[in-house]
Amino acid sequence: MSAFTVEIRVMPRASLLDPQGQAVQHALQALGFAEVASVRAGKHLVVQMQAITREEAAAKARVMCDRLLANPVTEDYECSVSL
Amino acid sequence: MQRVAVVVFPGSNCDADTLDAARAAGSDAYYVWHRDTDLQQADAVILPGGFSYGDYLRSGAIARFSPVLRAVAAHARAGGAVLGICNGFQILCEAGLLPGALMRNARLKFLSRPVRVRVEAPDTPFTQSYDRGEELTLPIAHGDGRYVADAETAAMLEANGQVVWRYVAENPNGSTHDIAGICNAGRNVVGIMPHPERRNAPVLGGQDGARVFLSLEARNATQHAGDMRAVDGRHLRV
Repeated sequence: MSAFTVEIRVMPRASLLDPQGQAVQHALQALGFAEVASVRAGKHLVVQMQAITREEAAAKARVMCDRLLANPVTEDYECSVSL
Repeated sequence: MQRVAVVVFPGSNCDADTLDAARAAGSDAYYVWHRDTDLQQADAVILPGGFSYGDYLRSGAIARFSPVLRAVAAHARAGGAVLGICNGFQILCEAGLLPGALMRNARLKFLSRPVRVRVEAPDTPFTQSYDRGEELTLPIAHGDGRYVADAETAAMLEANGQVVWRYVAENPNGSTHDIAGICNAGRNVVGIMPHPERRNAPVLGGQDGARVFLSLEARNATQHAGDMRAVDGRHLRV
């Protein structure tokens, strides 16, 4: 068993309205960042876990996302594993 | 008299109003704590509004794993009536007992005010004392009230008449197809974003929500007697 750190990025699905990202986009533009074209806001979770291999850690993290951390109706996720 | 279980989660805050509304309609209503696994022979289960688990992660996402949800799912599978109001609606979607999901209001603000909704489906346990097309004033109080479903699911909801309430005049939160409430394919599991329990007596500004709870008793009357019954002096249409 080794300790792995899994970083999970959960983002609102691209086809859905993201009002939080839009609000941040408007605030950045109001600050003078006229070059900002779009902002999307999601969640970043860091999970410390024990696993035998990196693959096992990644597989378990995907199950966590499917069952709890992301809503399959509205969100997509990505996981990256490091030792 | 129907036995109505009102589930209490940590963070529920409409449980007392919901219990009162069910009792005012003549039901034998009682609380069930979220860690209980026995619904005590409930005829109907109501998941009330509030902020279960502080809305952490997503509204309803953690409550879905409360022990009581297994019993609620079994009750629903057996055809038992289940109503989710506001946070309860969010929990039913997270639990997969209703399709779709509820997301942040399109204009981000938490909204707490009366809105107009139309009854689109009077053929559920919680709407059968309403007429199809009847318009109601009900209060909303939500930050995550924007119902979303993919195009295929939304088309299925429309084709099967599973849209139970729809916002009229204005859509406060940007929901798909102006949806304010839906039911499952079996029509026994119902979710509504507005709060009928906050509008069940003249002293609350109106009683358009009362028949959500009276409908349960009307169904009871139909099942047991097939005649008119009076609950709190009010004759039910059965």
